[in-house]
Amino acid sequence: MPTYRPGPVSLILAVLVALFLLMPLLAVIPVSLTPSRMLTMPTGELSLRHYRELIEDPRWLESILLSIRIGVVSSALSTVLALTFSLGVWMFQPRFTAALVGFVLLPMVVPPVVSAVTLYFLLTSVSGLTSFFGYDTWLGVAMAHSVMTVPFATVLILVSLSQLDRRIDLAARGLGASVWERATRVIMPNIKFGIVTAALLSFVLSWEEIGVTLFITSVNAITLPRLMWMGLRDNIDPAIAALSVILIVITVLVLAVRSVITRQKASP
Amino acid sequence: MRGTLSDRMGAALLMAPLLLFLVLAYAWPFLGVVKWSFTLPTPGLGQYHALLTDDLVQSVFIRTLRIAAIVTVVSVTAAYAITVVWVRGSPVQRVLAEFCILVPFWISVLTRAFGWVALLSNRGLINTWLQSIGFISEPLTLVRNEFGVIVGMSHFLIPFAVFPLASAMRSLDERVLLAARGLGSSRMRTFWTVFVPMTRSGIIGSAMITFVFSLGFFVTPAILGGGRSVMIAELIYLRIFQSPDWGLGAAISVVLVVFVGALMALLFRYVKPKQLV
Repeated sequence: MPTYRPGPVSLILAVLVALFLLMPLLAVIPVSLTPSRMLTMPTGELSLRHYRELIEDPRWLESILLSIRIGVVSSALSTVLALTFSLGVWMFQPRFTAALVGFVLLPMVVPPVVSAVTLYFLLTSVSGLTSFFGYDTWLGVAMAHSVMTVPFATVLILVSLSQLDRRIDLAARGLGASVWERATRVIMPNIKFGIVTAALLSFVLSWEEIGVTLFITSVNAITLPRLMWMGLRDNIDPAIAALSVILIVITVLVLAVRSVITRQKASP
Repeated sequence: MRGTLSDRMGAALLMAPLLLFLVLAYAWPFLGVVKWSFTLPTPGLGQYHALLTDDLVQSVFIRTLRIAAIVTVVSVTAAYAITVVWVRGSPVQRVLAEFCILVPFWISVLTRAFGWVALLSNRGLINTWLQSIGFISEPLTLVRNEFGVIVGMSHFLIPFAVFPLASAMRSLDERVLLAARGLGSSRMRTFWTVFVPMTRSGIIGSAMITFVFSLGFFVTPAILGGGRSVMIAELIYLRIFQSPDWGLGAAISVVLVVFVGALMALLFRYVKPKQLV
């Protein structure tokens, strides 16, 4: 049976779009190698000074460590909350499920800037209570990131639950397993891939979160995107180009590994 | 068995933590923002009145709608072109198209905006190259204006516009296309009279997602607009942090949420949520 393939016009247009999509990612490579202190194209000699700066300037390392800490804590919180909620939805199918899930997904659909104002309101209101939680604290940022990432984690876990065969849970229940045993020994082992994906996605979203972070930090909780933002707004620092190149390379490697793994799974 | 007391207890215990978390950390503070919009600096509807009369706010609203509309047309068109190959191409073409869609999708908005600065700024790649071949003598102003904002936002939104289109194109029965060709229709005519109309739900979904996302965009316009083409989200930021006018910032946020909510309601009258992914 013949298949309907795109014709030459389609292919040319798609190549143009592909170039448009890749262009800005490729453009940062030459900029990162410029010997100048300003954002320019290298003319003649190349230099790795901006890569060295990333290692030598303690601000970059500090903000990377802070971003990792915030990412781990907020991802753990998001995943636990999303998991218990999704288990409740799947095991008991309570009334009003659609409305409750809709409520949980709100931070994903509300414009991020409105969520940012909302979280700014929250964190400035509680700032007076303690010194370690509130506006411009790392715990405050971690909590705010959880609000933003928990809808994504919930969607992923609900999707993997929807692919689970209900009869294994019914069997466990018929054999007298308690709710706790059904959840931890029957259901969770079967959706562990979904849970891990939810945790990883939450971490990545927190790692690169900037829209909300800008509103809720000023001088203390400087995450990596926040530091990049400062370098982009004032006097564009070519160290950002070096950092961008590293982040792009990591992304491409992870995607390549993932596609190899899925291809191996598909054709054993 | 459904609906027994212990079942309801179990459901409540499992679902309560997240619901409680979002009520305390999201719903309650949002009501606080709504309260700001009615009470700061003085109680009343003053801020909403200002929204309707202030020239600056009005011009930002109109600019935001205009940019969002242009970005939607550019993104959906570009996404359509690459999705056709991603869904219908040969296996190698599919892998390449997927790579070009997913790599930018996973790279942070900051890095991507920075990439455009590196390309478009006065001493960026494009100006340097055009000057070196003698095509222009003075650098072109490609960034810190609306052009830069539209380019950067379209670049960000194309991958998001791809998914609803891909879903519509995958569910299309290829035999219809083969039948049209077999009956003597040209490639062009098959595309415009069969393929495009049959992916209409994907086009609507994709356009709505792009438009709604563009309305609340902050980072890309702030970097590529250079403070000169301010959009709603940046205006909110400026009202809250630079000219402390929390009431107005809050009122604009409330209007934005209501507007986006109305658009989403409209969207779901025409498209089922499942068709969007």
